[in-house]
Amino acid sequence: MSADKLLSMREAVARLVRDGDVVVIEGFTHLICFAAGHEIIRQGRRDLTLCRLTPDLIYDQMIAAGCARRLVFSWAGNPGAGPLYGLRRAVEQQVPRPLELDEYSHFGMVARFAAGAAGLPFWPLRSFTGSDLPRVNGNIRTVRCPFTGEELAAVPPLRPDVAIVHVQRADRRGDAQVWGLLGVQKEAAFAAARVIVVAEEIVEESVLRADPNRTLLPGLVVDAVVHEPFGCHPSYAQGYYDRDNAFYVGWREISEDRGRLEAYLDEWVHGVPDRAAYAAKLGERVRELRARPRVAGAVDYGF
Amino acid sequence: MTAAYTPSELMVCRAARELRDGEAVFVGIGLPNLACNLALRRHAPELVLIYESGAVGAVPERVPVSIGDPALVTGSLAVCSMLEVFSHYLQGGRIDVGFLQGAQIDRHGNLNTTVIGPYERPAVRLPGSGGACEIAILAKRVVVVARQTRRSFPERVDFVTSPGFLDGGDARRRLGMPGGGPSLVVTDLGCYGFVDGEMTLVSLHPGVTLEQVRAALGWELQVAPDLATTEPPGEDELRLLRDLDRERLYLG
Repeated sequence: MSADKLLSMREAVARLVRDGDVVVIEGFTHLICFAAGHEIIRQGRRDLTLCRLTPDLIYDQMIAAGCARRLVFSWAGNPGAGPLYGLRRAVEQQVPRPLELDEYSHFGMVARFAAGAAGLPFWPLRSFTGSDLPRVNGNIRTVRCPFTGEELAAVPPLRPDVAIVHVQRADRRGDAQVWGLLGVQKEAAFAAARVIVVAEEIVEESVLRADPNRTLLPGLVVDAVVHEPFGCHPSYAQGYYDRDNAFYVGWREISEDRGRLEAYLDEWVHGVPDRAAYAAKLGERVRELRARPRVAGAVDYGF
Repeated sequence: MTAAYTPSELMVCRAARELRDGEAVFVGIGLPNLACNLALRRHAPELVLIYESGAVGAVPERVPVSIGDPALVTGSLAVCSMLEVFSHYLQGGRIDVGFLQGAQIDRHGNLNTTVIGPYERPAVRLPGSGGACEIAILAKRVVVVARQTRRSFPERVDFVTSPGFLDGGDARRRLGMPGGGPSLVVTDLGCYGFVDGEMTLVSLHPGVTLEQVRAALGWELQVAPDLATTEPPGEDELRLLRDLDRERLYLG
């Protein structure tokens, strides 16, 4: 594998995301890579199994665009602003196509990624007891502890074909650093067969080596690196730009009306060639969302 | 002389008083989030706010619109992965109080956030569990904040997303569930505790009658022998609370 993995988003998606793939674009509120989701829509990928704890607006858009066949998730809503109507139309009316649901709790999803990353056939957890979730999902089972005899819940590994992880900074080999909320990205990436790292900034390897505790993923597990500033909007990147809460609240009205949602995709996804054009089209809003600095002190790695 | 307040304000203030200084609380979004931040600023400065997004000891400078708001990170004690939050903190037994809401809650404190109607063909598809299922099982005690109507308080929920006392009695203990289950339900009409796994009215909000409570309940009301009147919010609580939610995002 080449040491320089830098590609455009278009190239990375074209090479690494295929029809029928199990795809995860993770990030818990923070660092959700909308740029990658939009490129997957533009390239017309079909029959994807989309995995995320919280499908969020990006999967609502991908489902409405017809990219998905199946959704693996644990909480499907627009945080603080109601339902995801694109997703609901697919589930309730099979519009634009049917969508299968594979549903867990957050801990259940985290445990599935952890099993995938660790190369284990299942992950035990204390959850689901007394819940109806195991009744409707045959993947939630029990296992008996060989030491105590205690019965625990167990879930199977989730091993995506592709994981897309947005980070604050990476080098051209894919060594990637994140700060702020970490979500389940490390587990999702280590569980995946192919990994695309998308970075706000591309930096020299020496910058990362100066602060190795901050590295989430080593280039070892990364197949492609994309430089995509502002790639998370309307999600956010700590220290770079704030979450566009007004967009999330406003999405309710767009998503509720199939015509408006399609018009949104026409204008903001198909109507722009790439993320740079999207950011330019947003104009002043980009400046308004820029983070005010809260810089941390450096630590001494000397010996 | 008591100040004028809304039902939401009363619910948040009552829920906040349930939190003791030094406890670790697993915070949910919406009214629970306001209650935890109110307690932190009012009577529990050492309360440790833990969000499922991974922020530990959060001191948000603005009311977070989501549980993954960047303001939860800035100035927090620690930020950890979601695997750590759920396995080390929650499953490890470090969470004293979990805060939950639900579209439905039943007689035994079971919560539904999954579907109204049958699972395969739901009348309404709700968001699902999120972390609620494991919070309900693992937190030492659970506080529920919910508006009360006959539809949202049925005798049995359509789907148990997050178990309370299941069928009542000692069902939780028999199944080996580590947490204590729901200890308090705060509604816009009153507060409930649990006796033998059954929701029991312990206080009525000022001006609310038992008839109003019965009309908004899907089963025969149990009333504690020492039924009290909920203490209304004080001036200091209301001032702090209104300052927290200046844009009335959650208080309406």
